[in-house]
Amino acid sequence: MSGTLQNMQIIPLDYYIFFCSALFAIGVVGVLVKRNALVIFMSIELMLNSANLLLAAFSAYRNDPAGQIFVFFIMVVAAAEVAIGLALLVMIYRSTHTIDINVLNKLKW
Amino acid sequence: MKAIVALSILAVLVMFFGVRKKKVVLLPLIFVGLFVAMFLNIREWGTSVHYFNEMFIADNFSIAFSAILILIGILIFMFANIYYKGVERPLEDIYALILFAIIGGIVMASFGNLILFFVGLETLSISFYILAGSKKFDIASNEAAMKYFLTGSFATGFLLFGIALVYGASGSFNLEAINAYVVSAKEGVPMLFLTGMLLILIGMSFKIAAVPFHFWSPDVYTGSPTLITAFMTTAGKVASVAAFYRLISIAFVSLHTEVVTTLTVLSVATILVGNLSAVYQDNLKRMFAYSGVAQSGYILMALIVLGPKSAGILLFFVLSYVIATITAFAVLMLIREERGTFFIPAFRGLARNNPVEAFAMAIAMMSLAGIPPLAGFMAKYNLFVLTAEGGYTWLVVVAVVGSMISIYFYFKPIMASYFSEGEPQHKIESSINFKFNIILCTVLMIVLGFLPKLIINLL
Repeated sequence: MSGTLQNMQIIPLDYYIFFCSALFAIGVVGVLVKRNALVIFMSIELMLNSANLLLAAFSAYRNDPAGQIFVFFIMVVAAAEVAIGLALLVMIYRSTHTIDINVLNKLKW
Repeated sequence: MKAIVALSILAVLVMFFGVRKKKVVLLPLIFVGLFVAMFLNIREWGTSVHYFNEMFIADNFSIAFSAILILIGILIFMFANIYYKGVERPLEDIYALILFAIIGGIVMASFGNLILFFVGLETLSISFYILAGSKKFDIASNEAAMKYFLTGSFATGFLLFGIALVYGASGSFNLEAINAYVVSAKEGVPMLFLTGMLLILIGMSFKIAAVPFHFWSPDVYTGSPTLITAFMTTAGKVASVAAFYRLISIAFVSLHTEVVTTLTVLSVATILVGNLSAVYQDNLKRMFAYSGVAQSGYILMALIVLGPKSAGILLFFVLSYVIATITAFAVLMLIREERGTFFIPAFRGLARNNPVEAFAMAIAMMSLAGIPPLAGFMAKYNLFVLTAEGGYTWLVVVAVVGSMISIYFYFKPIMASYFSEGEPQHKIESSINFKFNIILCTVLMIVLGFLPKLIINLL
């Protein structure tokens, strides 16, 4: 376990921050640009996982387990969220026979 | 803390009895459970206990906001059997999810650690996603749930990344420790921390539906089942506001000068856009969504002038908003049931045939608009005085202009029910039960208007 910690610390912390910010940005762009609900789910997962990775990196650098514990909470919640999201998607697919979110235009001002 | 335990047991029991098809015991059980939870909650008053290594803090602030959340539960369940009148199913899933959402809200009002904040927020949000889509075969409800889910989890992503950055800079999730870090940072806090704080603010703005992060709220609130909309607007707002206040008043209090600029822009934009958009709505449900957006703007004012009195005023403001909104939605629910529409003409001649309902609606609307001597007026008055004392006179001017605009659209249903020309619609039969609940809420609104100091001085 201590080996993992040292391996993580070989890479400078800045690299982790840049990498996670890039992942996060890709996720945000994916949510905003894509029209397929499944791809949007994946992009949201990417956003959450970039936060996970960042927390794990900070936690390794600070020798503080709290960050890694938070990662577990995020994983559990992300799993629950995806379960709900896929259930909603199934309901929508049943009534519209598509997963393109452009069909969701019944409610607008 | 004991309230959470009681509510969790209650929710599991509700699911159990639902599976056993014991429909008659469900609502009485829920009421008993909610009153027990309320009692357990209030009994902890004044004892400020810290649980689980500072994770959960039951101070007076959290107890007061938890009490409002449980009150929302009681009010919503009072109208539940009327809304779900013709349904044969025991509906245990919906009831249990409402209770779980309340638990999430209580956690959000009492966290002392960002981990618990996240868990509470997600308990609330995930329950809301399902509840929004609980009218399974209605495409509008499906659409509302999907939109809420996508925007909600998008906001969660921002919030989490912000929390990760704040943790990276400060090395702790504990609110007090984060504040201690900010105070001790000699050569200014690093960019990492400020970016994280900004991302957390964005995430929270999504949750309280502040402009420009409000675009989901009209669609979601229009598409969801009416009773659930009433629950989501009130419980979601109370919990998010409590969490926002806790974050800003504990973790970021030393950076308040930096936070204020962002919050002021949000507040002004929210008040103006919320009220101006509501003017153009003929669908009352949608109008309430925009009015909820505008009310978030007023609530942000209390966060801008953070002081010893702002928590109490926030509490009173939220309480008056909750009671008025639930009353209005209850009347709206009845009218939708009978006339099949949420549009203003459905209210034509309501005063002649259903004086009680029309009066309750009028009082609720006037309270939301801020007409003296109702609860809504006292809440707004105290909030504006607080803001002016804090040196933000121009912000008060904006808020007063916003309130003046809001009078126009809040008076639309009142005008339709009392002064409309033409043939009034037929009488709506409502049960004694419904009338009693409505009168109770109306009395509460009027009485609270005379006793604002009682609530404000609690905190």
